[in-house]
Amino acid sequence: MLDQLTYTEKKATRDGFGAGVFELGNQNDQVVALCADLVGSLKIQKFIDTHPERFIQTGISEANMMGIAAGLATAGKIPYATTFANFATGRVYDQLRQSIAYSHKNVKVCASHAGLTLGEDGATHQILEDIGMTRMLPGFTVINPCDYNQTKAATIAIAEHYGPVYLRFGRPSWPNFTPADQKFEIGKALLLNEGTDVSIFATGHMVWQAIEAAKGLAAEGISCEIINIHTIKPLDEEAVLDSVSKTGCVVSCEEHNRYGGLGDAIAQVLVKNNPVPMEYVAVNDTFGESGKPFELLGKYGLGVDDVKAAVKRAIDRK
Amino acid sequence: MSNIQELKRIASQVRRDIIRETHLAASGHPGGSLGCTEFMVALYFEIMDHDPSFNMDGKGEDIFFLSNGHISPVWYSVLARSGYFPVEELASFRKINSRLQGHPTTHEGLPGIRVASGSLGQGMSVAIGAALAKKLDGDDKTVFVLTGDGELQEGQVWEAALFAPHHKVDNLILTVDWNGQQIDGPTRDVLSLGDLPAKFESFGWEVMILEEGNDMESVVNALKEAKTKTGQGKPVVILMKTEMGYGVDFMQGTHKWHGKATNDEQTENALSQLEETLGDFPV
Repeated sequence: MLDQLTYTEKKATRDGFGAGVFELGNQNDQVVALCADLVGSLKIQKFIDTHPERFIQTGISEANMMGIAAGLATAGKIPYATTFANFATGRVYDQLRQSIAYSHKNVKVCASHAGLTLGEDGATHQILEDIGMTRMLPGFTVINPCDYNQTKAATIAIAEHYGPVYLRFGRPSWPNFTPADQKFEIGKALLLNEGTDVSIFATGHMVWQAIEAAKGLAAEGISCEIINIHTIKPLDEEAVLDSVSKTGCVVSCEEHNRYGGLGDAIAQVLVKNNPVPMEYVAVNDTFGESGKPFELLGKYGLGVDDVKAAVKRAIDRK
Repeated sequence: MSNIQELKRIASQVRRDIIRETHLAASGHPGGSLGCTEFMVALYFEIMDHDPSFNMDGKGEDIFFLSNGHISPVWYSVLARSGYFPVEELASFRKINSRLQGHPTTHEGLPGIRVASGSLGQGMSVAIGAALAKKLDGDDKTVFVLTGDGELQEGQVWEAALFAPHHKVDNLILTVDWNGQQIDGPTRDVLSLGDLPAKFESFGWEVMILEEGNDMESVVNALKEAKTKTGQGKPVVILMKTEMGYGVDFMQGTHKWHGKATNDEQTENALSQLEETLGDFPV
């Protein structure tokens, strides 16, 4: 099973978003895209060229964009509000909270350039707190797909779900290994590899890091179960507990601060139902910096070797 | 003219509702509510083509957003008095398990409310979104939005003010409650708004100044005039001069009743100045 987790091409998850929103726009005339001066970065030009009347350029004013999206949703439209993850969450948290979450608006907040892997722009743009912030908003669904194909599928699928969604994706080219024809099911964790020694729960770009780590560990005789948690909220608690009952220890992997993200979501489930040893692979409560994506992942504890080390620590604690 | 008299009679009852709602809750915001009573009554009983059976999407209707959500007492009163929900429910304002939250919200499903407001500065953006949706749907009705003047200190308002003319959102009528007061005092002392008409004009808005925002006939005429200015490529703003606390002598023209309810004695005094025209809601 692990051997089958391969890729032929690297593609950016944001390109998957662009392809998804274009396809969706052709299928559903209620979909409206908004962008705050980052059309090129969000890869939505094809949607705009095809449906110019359903695109709204707000300029560099994200708070206004989120409010407009809430107003469009009130009238039955399905707005996709797009910008960088930093500006889609921290900058507009009160707008997400009052005009969208509390008002239960069907707004899709679509956020690129999340995490360290945006690279050279540095910490001002490398948000590592967004999963935590959006998870805390009642009614929000939080999704962080792992590759191009999954991001495309998720982009299309969230239009069928009524309610606010935070869709998080990224900048770099990344191994595209999930099937092109996949059906994306919100809240349904995906078992990528069966294993017996440890459960690795990973989200976003870190799913591939987990796969690489598991391949390396297999050579050392360690059997890793890998589960892709593309939906952090609502969390597939059953999938978490089923896996843990078999393996007895956990490693969580996310491109996010160790506070508030996937690790904490899983830890909450474990503490209540089945406390087992758990290790976090996450950023250790700090900001990032400029650099290349893999340099940054390595420096901030999100490299393949860091995953491997976390697995060994978790197993040792059993 | 007879219709103006009828609107004034409704306004008197709405003012009684505001005083009684906030007195019963021992909290709330009577000052701005009293100041905007003519405007709200004119909108719901004369100007807007709206359906009290309430559809969230507001298709084919004129719709209203209240950005300065703290003046919920006046909004709840006009919604109830125009048939959105039972008048009796006004007694539950700010009470536990009520649909009439301190600040308006969709969360408890109160008919007439389309978005939560209270955290200031957001309503104009939402109204723009609803107005753009109307354009996409070929719906020629109008979107109204009210903001406070102190609220204009929020940056998001100016993002929206920049956006609306650029995108020719000309099915939008913004009204600013220009009472010159905010919680901490007169707006000119707290953070001056400067030349407000010039600001909106320079942003590309069609600007109207309503000098008598507490005179029913002037308000109705201004709103009718504003409607004639829609559909001409520009958003319309009415800078509406009002007096906070209007209609009750000891509450008028001061920020002191912005967020404070009257006590028993003051309530009696206030109610003695306002004719009961439609019947008070039961307690």
